[in-house]
Amino acid sequence: MDSHQGGSEGAALAVTRLTKRFGERTAFEDVSFEIGYGEVFGFLGPNGAGKTTTVRALATLISPTSGSATIAGLPLLPENGVEIRRRIAVMPESPGLYLRLTVAENLRCFADLYEVPDPGLRIDHALRAAGLTERANDACRTLSKGLKQRVALARALLSDPQILFLDEPTAGLDPAATRDVHGLIDDLRERGVTIFLTTHRLEEADRLCDRVAILNTTLRTIGRPDELRDELFAKSLTIRTLAPLPDPGRLFASLPGVENWRQDGSGGYVLTVSKPEIAAPAVTKALVLGGAEVLSIGESRHSLEDVYLELIEHDEGLSRR
Amino acid sequence: MSFRRVGAVLRKELREYRRNGNIVSAMLIFPFIFLIQPLIQVFAVPSSAAGAIRHEHSLLYLLAIPALVPAVLAAYSVVAEREQGTLEPVLTTPVRRNEFLLGKALAALIPSVVVAYVVYGAFLAAVGLFAHPEVASALLRWPQILAQVLFTPMIAAWSIWLGITISARSTDARVAQQLGALASLPTIAVTSLIAFNVIPASFAIAIGGAALLLALDGLGWRITSMAFDRERLVTGTR
Repeated sequence: MDSHQGGSEGAALAVTRLTKRFGERTAFEDVSFEIGYGEVFGFLGPNGAGKTTTVRALATLISPTSGSATIAGLPLLPENGVEIRRRIAVMPESPGLYLRLTVAENLRCFADLYEVPDPGLRIDHALRAAGLTERANDACRTLSKGLKQRVALARALLSDPQILFLDEPTAGLDPAATRDVHGLIDDLRERGVTIFLTTHRLEEADRLCDRVAILNTTLRTIGRPDELRDELFAKSLTIRTLAPLPDPGRLFASLPGVENWRQDGSGGYVLTVSKPEIAAPAVTKALVLGGAEVLSIGESRHSLEDVYLELIEHDEGLSRR
Repeated sequence: MSFRRVGAVLRKELREYRRNGNIVSAMLIFPFIFLIQPLIQVFAVPSSAAGAIRHEHSLLYLLAIPALVPAVLAAYSVVAEREQGTLEPVLTTPVRRNEFLLGKALAALIPSVVVAYVVYGAFLAAVGLFAHPEVASALLRWPQILAQVLFTPMIAAWSIWLGITISARSTDARVAQQLGALASLPTIAVTSLIAFNVIPASFAIAIGGAALLLALDGLGWRITSMAFDRERLVTGTR
């Protein structure tokens, strides 16, 4: 399937100061970001952060209170609703299948709603992509939750969308089903589909996404997972030795790239470094020359979860004050 | 307006009806309940009363079928999709509000009109075959048969727009169905009043009634369209 139909110049999705309020309640506020064609973009945030509402606004289901957006080359305006929906596909958190209908009948219904040409061929492609060819004539109510998610994903692929919104695609799935869905997303990435992935699962975002944004009503941060880790956390080296060092302060103070050090609870040493690639060889050399019996030297890596928790806990701290 | 998208909604609805035994049985049981009274009347009256029957319009009582049957179906149509979580995926497709509503309305109209005609045809056949010939000739009058044929889809359409409007504004499918049945009662009351000669069944009344129903059907579509708010249906707000 060719996923780059028209409008391939510029951003697939450009959002500028988008805000949605329901009366007094603010769902999301002042949200701005851009996503390039072919990018897998993760949209993270705690429950009630406004992720699903943002997806609904971008999918033209609800009207933003203020701000603007361009979706697959079209301004987010009521008169463009039909054309925008023609260029995107949304897989909501709940698969929302017609349970009395078969898999193929569900797909046929949506192929007609999208007015796709040659629907039979397109349905076959979508079934094959989702690994559902054998289940095409099964009633959806007989499928497991993982298979239902796959049908929903096949349905979202029918129209060959320029942008695919996946809202919590692995919510409630067991590890095997989650792995299957991840595999499908990997396949889509290889085919160049622009994916907007809303998820709670930070390891999922870390593994699948080129960039992530963290939303907590307002956009807290945006960038590549590595960049976010570097932005929020100092890099560090963790050293373990067989016996405690006689004078660690004097040993570490003079080394290039080492900014600070502390002893951790298990008798090791944690060094805050500016450039691990410079500090690590210097530390190794100094330890060996100093006669230390080194068990291990490693760079500590913060996970995306650390980034997420740092930001969200900071927000919670502010709101408690 | 894309007829392919209207057809997609229509076909989906009809498939779901076919596979839902409750809907099929509800669609068939109601009409037969409405047959009981006319059948008793036809087979209980002696042939000497045929002259009196000639001045009644009891067959119009069966117009209650197209008023009630589609109202319950239509009242279920939108709110049920919302409850089952199938509405949001549909609304993210290019389907327009009017296409979606027309598909839903046709899906309620077609089986309801078919059921109403079949029940009416069965009743006419029973009268023609088994009633006393004088009673049968008093009952089977072309103006009444024509009125039944013409008014059935118009009444059904009005009930459907009422039902879908209720469905689009409801949050519970059971409540919506009860309200849909209630909303069809005024129409049933009018057809009953005509059937029992309280309102005279004249040609002028027929023309006036048809004009009113056509106007209501057009207005009903507009009102339903206004009541159908994507944001409200998806978020439950507004």
